[in-house]
Amino acid sequence: MAEIRFSGFGGQGIIRCGLITGKALSLYDNKHATMTQSFGPEARGSACSSQVVVSADRVLYPYITTPEILVSMSQEAYDKYEPELRDKGILIIDTDLVKPKPIRGKIQMYAIPSTRFAEQLGNRIIANLVMLGFFTAVTKIASPEAMKKALPGLVPGRFLDLNIKAFDNGYDYGEEVLKTATKKKTTKSKK
Amino acid sequence: MKKVKADPKGVLTGSHYLDGDYAIAEGGLAAGCRFFAGYPITPSTETAERFAERIPSVGGVFIQMEDELASITALIGAAWGGKKSMTVTSGPGFSLMMENIGLACMMETPLVIANVQRGGPSTGLPTLTGQQDMMQAKWGSHGDYEIIALSPDSPQECFDLTIEAFNLSEIYRVPVFVMTDECVGHMHEKVVIPPAEEIEVVERKWYEGPKDKYLPYKLDKDGIPFMVKAGDGYRFHTTGLTHDERGYPVINAECQAETIPRLSDKITDNADKIIMLEEDQIDNAEIVVISYGITSRVSIRAVQLARKAGMKIGTLRLKTVWPFPEKRIKQLAKKIKAFVVPEINYGQVVLEVERCAAGKAGTYHVPHMGGWVHDPNDILNVIKEAAK
Repeated sequence: MAEIRFSGFGGQGIIRCGLITGKALSLYDNKHATMTQSFGPEARGSACSSQVVVSADRVLYPYITTPEILVSMSQEAYDKYEPELRDKGILIIDTDLVKPKPIRGKIQMYAIPSTRFAEQLGNRIIANLVMLGFFTAVTKIASPEAMKKALPGLVPGRFLDLNIKAFDNGYDYGEEVLKTATKKKTTKSKK
Repeated sequence: MKKVKADPKGVLTGSHYLDGDYAIAEGGLAAGCRFFAGYPITPSTETAERFAERIPSVGGVFIQMEDELASITALIGAAWGGKKSMTVTSGPGFSLMMENIGLACMMETPLVIANVQRGGPSTGLPTLTGQQDMMQAKWGSHGDYEIIALSPDSPQECFDLTIEAFNLSEIYRVPVFVMTDECVGHMHEKVVIPPAEEIEVVERKWYEGPKDKYLPYKLDKDGIPFMVKAGDGYRFHTTGLTHDERGYPVINAECQAETIPRLSDKITDNADKIIMLEEDQIDNAEIVVISYGITSRVSIRAVQLARKAGMKIGTLRLKTVWPFPEKRIKQLAKKIKAFVVPEINYGQVVLEVERCAAGKAGTYHVPHMGGWVHDPNDILNVIKEAAK
């Protein structure tokens, strides 16, 4: 069982991140995944979030309580949701948009300039897909195949290729980050 | 009762990732709903949006009405025009529909209303969940009548039970309510829509006799009269006034004494056929947790914790809330120590449980005022108290 929160500000495609992840897990990765979203006046323009509860069995309680994965694409969302992230959890941020506090406990942090990468690919609107690719690589909660299979219907058809490109871009960066992290660890242990 | 296979035009066969609101719309379309009239209200609007998008492609009609009074009235008209029709709303809109829900009951009009409940009273909590309209569904309009109310616990059940709601409304010619809530309405989960040939839908019981012999309230042997389509050349009259089998007003105690029990009895006499329950580990249970909708899922978590602590807990989930499963609860009351009833209100369905328990078993309520679902620990604490 895992609890995931995607957070950012309204318009970044944060709800879409939850939908794509939930759909990928439920329809193509053979898991149970319940997606809920913050729904209220506060969701418009300021901090917004979507939550996915993932389980091998049926999800009973639909909301997250102490997430082990927090994805933050804005400072406000990070400030709001970081305190609930559980110890040993995974924190994923857009490095240009979030200035994190010193890491607390055994939280593992992964950072990517997802918005900058999206701009390099031609459109900052696909930053969420870069982030999703990165998220998929570092968490391994969902398979990249399932995530990409989930895209049709959830992104505009004419931009499907661009969205897949953005996903791959983030995924490859995530793989690289993981490799570097393992290398560092091995060098450290050798010492 | 004539059962047919669903019209494939309305059936979006396959696995989908849908929220409860969309699943209600898909259930309606699969059941053959071809007329939707409604007025947008959070948290039910997504159902209306989905209908607006989908229903023209299956040959149906979507109308955004000026308000909920007009919506329910349009539904009654469409039903008498021969269509399966539905609307969706939430608390304040449900209140506005109440007068003509009574008209639909009196005219014995099949239709379906989904209520995606939010916190009330009044405008209350527009964006947050509640289960506070359960008694209103049963008693909201004036006079004596019975309706049917179903309570789905997931987007999948929103789909399944909306089809069931249409079938029941056609069999008993009565408004049927799909009483869901904001949590289930806005929650996305996997929804599997089977092929059309695996979906059974009940066809309206059409009158096929000579045109000049049609009597709109002459009972068939099952106690339910036949319908015709307005505009097909039948001359008939129907009214909210107490009426005879010709549908003409008869304003006296005798006709009232014939009509009113029938409106209720056609539901209560068939309660065993209508009621759907889900029971788990009930045989040796000391405590039975009775719940419905989203609360039943949250309860299971509390029940699992209680069972781990060695307690004998059964669960009874009400997929049908009205008519109330009084027979089953009376049976259980003789065998168990207590019922625990969590619901997102200040005490509604628990009153029915208490009535049926009749002092033979204890009844403990776990209230929640709305805005969120229960903390499973709150339910667990009451289970422990009930077991003392």
